[in-house]
Amino acid sequence: MKTHCNTLYVTSQGAYLSKDGECVLVRLEDGTKARFPVHTLDGVVCFGNVGVSPFLLGHLAERDVAVSFLTAYGKFLARSQGPVSGNVLLRREQYRWADDGERSALVARCVLAGKIVNARSVLRRAVRDHADKLDAARLGDALARLDDCAARLERAQGLEMLRGVEGEAAGVYFAVFDEMVLRGGEAFRFAGRNRRPPLDRINCLLSFVYTLLAHDVRSALECVGLDPAVGFLHRDRPGRPGLALDLMEEFRSFFADRLVLSLVNREQVGPGGFTVTESGAVLMDDGTRRTVLEAYQKRKRDVLTHPFLKEKMPLGLAFHTQALLLARHVRGDLDGYPPFFWQ
Amino acid sequence: MLVLVSYDVDFRDGTGARRLRRIARACQDYGQRVQYSLFECDVDPAQWTKLRGRLLEEIDKDKDSLRFYYLGSNWRRRLEHVGAKAGRDPDGLLLV
Repeated sequence: MKTHCNTLYVTSQGAYLSKDGECVLVRLEDGTKARFPVHTLDGVVCFGNVGVSPFLLGHLAERDVAVSFLTAYGKFLARSQGPVSGNVLLRREQYRWADDGERSALVARCVLAGKIVNARSVLRRAVRDHADKLDAARLGDALARLDDCAARLERAQGLEMLRGVEGEAAGVYFAVFDEMVLRGGEAFRFAGRNRRPPLDRINCLLSFVYTLLAHDVRSALECVGLDPAVGFLHRDRPGRPGLALDLMEEFRSFFADRLVLSLVNREQVGPGGFTVTESGAVLMDDGTRRTVLEAYQKRKRDVLTHPFLKEKMPLGLAFHTQALLLARHVRGDLDGYPPFFWQ
Repeated sequence: MLVLVSYDVDFRDGTGARRLRRIARACQDYGQRVQYSLFECDVDPAQWTKLRGRLLEEIDKDKDSLRFYYLGSNWRRRLEHVGAKAGRDPDGLLLV
């Protein structure tokens, strides 16, 4: 059984990573070194000007450790990929399914069911915990509309209809998202999703956490032998990890969004931890980024009972489990794909 | 599980330095150095078998000694650190 391993984040500018025996050796500009045994790692995420030696990249690829390169502010730049490994039959089947609109729609519906149900749970939890501080009637309204979306999702035929339902559900959800931001006043107002660049602090946090999540989900898919680039709901586009984005849909609300909400509501990040550029883009500073990374890693260690397998596992391993279940479904060992329903 | 590996290598003949270096390298591949000849290795049973095999191959049983302390997977409550250079938690945030 796979264990949940740690992710190494390198934010020190000018750092250079090389292979030293079985370790990742990080050399910083001031000459200090740190060593991390490869077997304790699931992934390496490099921010900004960080170099990695080719031999280390090769070694990490061989050990199924994902490597991503991001700008210093967390925008995705590139990832490295080793020789294509894993089961070619599984991947071929995945491509056949992706080419087949009906088949794709079956998987997409499961993923979206996970997304909508989990978004619903997030709203319900907010109402339960903070009924006095937020507009419960408005959230109740949104909950009813999400119920309606979920019901229509079951009847929806074809990918286009599914996408329509998804778009509506996302609209309903993000329209009331601001209600759940309880602290921070004007600085943390949220008026809808925007990105590239994010124009407010909440969007900045959301985009950053989604990037981290995409890295982890992609590496989970690669580990089970699926091609992260070929999605069912998200269509192929060069450089876009379509299947990773598909699988992420289940995790966005209860994993990423709640993480952002609790960081703000517990005042772990403050309005001062961001800079606004002339163009209106909002960037987080080093301290905030560190806080977010810390919270993200901590959240991955939270133990949950898997809704389908009824097994206790750290949340970080749930990405891997979902990827595994999807692979089993594609391979024909499972009749349906059971999404992760958060309770 | 966490295994604590400590060693003592005899230096009286000229070959000790080589053994010391190679033992340290094996430990470094699997864990972190917490004191001069003391390593904390967070390993699963398969990895531990490999590391142990490597260590036993390196030492000269007539002159050196190795000690393994098995702290299990619930090792956090069995460990207390006082003073400088606290090791990093292998499950904590790895940020450099």
